[in-house]
Amino acid sequence: MSAASPAHDTHHDDHAHAHPTGLKRWLFTTNHKDIGTLYLWFALAMFFTGGVMALLIRAELFQPGLQFVNPEFFNSLTTVHGLVMVFGAIMPAWVGFANWLIPMQIGAADMAFPRMNNWSFWLVVPAAILLVASFFVPGGAAASGWTLYPPLIIQQGISIDMTILAVHILGASSIMGSINIITTILNLRAPGMTLMKMPLFVWTWLITAYLLIAVMPVLAGAVTMLLTDRHFGTSFFNAAGGGDPTMFMHIFWFFGHPEVYIMILPAFGVVSAIIPAFARKPLFGYASMVYATASIAILSFIVWGHHMFTVGMPAAGNLFFMYATMLIAVPTGVKVFNWIATMWQGSMTFETPMLFSIGFICLFTIGGFSGLVLAVTPVDITIHNTYYVVAHFHYVLVSGALFSLFAGAYFWLPKFTGKMYNESLGKLHFWLSVIGFNIAFFPQHFLGLAGMPRRIPDYALQFAEWNMWSSIGAFIFGFSQLLFLYNVIECIRSSRKAADNPWEGADTLEWTHLPSPAPYHSFETAPVVK
Amino acid sequence: MDAALAARNRETMTKLLVICVAMLGFGFAMVPMYRQICESLGIAQTRAVGAANTQVDASRSVTVELVASSGKLPWRFEALEREVKLHPGQLVTVNYRVVNTLGRPVTAQAVMSTAPSEAGKYIEKQACFCFSNQTIGAGEERIMPVVFLVSPKAPKDLTTISLSYTFLELPGSAS
Repeated sequence: MSAASPAHDTHHDDHAHAHPTGLKRWLFTTNHKDIGTLYLWFALAMFFTGGVMALLIRAELFQPGLQFVNPEFFNSLTTVHGLVMVFGAIMPAWVGFANWLIPMQIGAADMAFPRMNNWSFWLVVPAAILLVASFFVPGGAAASGWTLYPPLIIQQGISIDMTILAVHILGASSIMGSINIITTILNLRAPGMTLMKMPLFVWTWLITAYLLIAVMPVLAGAVTMLLTDRHFGTSFFNAAGGGDPTMFMHIFWFFGHPEVYIMILPAFGVVSAIIPAFARKPLFGYASMVYATASIAILSFIVWGHHMFTVGMPAAGNLFFMYATMLIAVPTGVKVFNWIATMWQGSMTFETPMLFSIGFICLFTIGGFSGLVLAVTPVDITIHNTYYVVAHFHYVLVSGALFSLFAGAYFWLPKFTGKMYNESLGKLHFWLSVIGFNIAFFPQHFLGLAGMPRRIPDYALQFAEWNMWSSIGAFIFGFSQLLFLYNVIECIRSSRKAADNPWEGADTLEWTHLPSPAPYHSFETAPVVK
Repeated sequence: MDAALAARNRETMTKLLVICVAMLGFGFAMVPMYRQICESLGIAQTRAVGAANTQVDASRSVTVELVASSGKLPWRFEALEREVKLHPGQLVTVNYRVVNTLGRPVTAQAVMSTAPSEAGKYIEKQACFCFSNQTIGAGEERIMPVVFLVSPKAPKDLTTISLSYTFLELPGSAS
């Protein structure tokens, strides 16, 4: 349903121009679908960039001893892998989905601030270049871990300044994007689209965007303090000048814990869209999903101390952070049970998006449970900074955020491109990913419990066996992602026309009211939601 | 997009920007908050603000009177302070001045004595001009430190110690 511009819509001059073509189209575009596409391709490029770093890490760890890289470069790899995956791959990918889907799902013509939207995206690119280019300056890329802890970060070379600048730019971009998303959701909903009728993806992004504008400025403040400590003689974190490195950890993790929910909440939204579509039942407990998401977001502000049980806090502080962290399992459990209840007695089919969503539920829950284990202070004291932690956060970020990104990509590719992807190839991608992922990361639980520290290029001989398996799994996982790239390109170039609603159970506006592919300008006349 | 909606969007953006600026301020406000919380909870010692001396017995004080004597030498030798009050275990530095009023260099050795004499074994010196011979040139003036503490093992009734140094010329030092 593509409506013609109503006569009174004369202010909206963007639409009057012919589309610029080629590079200019992408440089100057203010169209939410174009910008969404840019974000998604950018995220995929950064995903492969960070993936190459991950495979270098796993190649080095295939055997004990130093084979391929020196320890300094190894530290840079772990650091920039983390930064690139968090700020370059997962977050931009979610912003890409938000750009594509939020206006269509609430019946809006575009985002509230289209020009700011363009600027949000084009800020991300120089930031990514700064991050990756820092490998080529004297001293090598940041090697302090993605958490940027002083005093190490204060002592390293110019690459740290590049990293700090990149974080500043990414923060500005995220804040602009979030303001755009919140304003769009609050002000541009179609008539009848009340807040409690919004698809859960919109809800989760609304809450995520609030988290972003609350914590990105805090991170900006923290890295600004690092910068002035390095160059302008302040001593926020420099113990020699009366500062305290521990304070950085508090400020960083005040940002850092909400940040991990920023990466996972939109995943909840995507899974909440896909499970009902393929179970052919409405989502079980819609309202409780909304409240659970909000509860998780609020709790995320009072649990940062669980990242620092061993740095020296009073016992009361450790206990508070332990109990508050465990409390998060309650709303998260509500969500998991709601998804299972949605599938219960549904007429389920298992196309690729559904497979990735079910994979998400199973594996994300494992990551949630290992998170509960780590939340227990005395347990954490023995396994902090071990591979158990690495296993935990890869279960929530790879099989959590990334799997649901794949689920969303396969689910909405027909709407984005108007073509059907190759289902068998998609299933192959899923099975290789889920097998490779588990071979790579499940043994890391064992390594961590056995005491193998994280962020080391070499290790004691007793860890050799599981590291070998982990590396084999990582290479299976890494190379099977090329299947996804191939599948997307093949889908775009194929001639398999997708139906307007190729999924029987999908019932949000982009499926019910718009053709496939979604037209360049959609909902210029708002639909009426009953 | 009509003007009313654009105005409403701008208003929403302004509100959100206020949150952003407030949170940026909150990030910096965490610096003094952190200090205050650490101090009020008494966990400042978990911060690396310099090694605290746990050997100091702050429950009592000892007065050390500083006495200087140049014996038979015609030197001017005096402590810069008459006395210091310190806690057992607390490291203090005191200074002495010596002036050689003779027209020739003199080599001399300072000898410590204390009153009461049993207090001597509780004076623990880390640096002292008495550790070595001192050769003072003709008319030369020198400030010389003593770094010491009174051992926490000192008996409780030892509240005043006279710490005295006497310079004795070494035989054959006259040239």
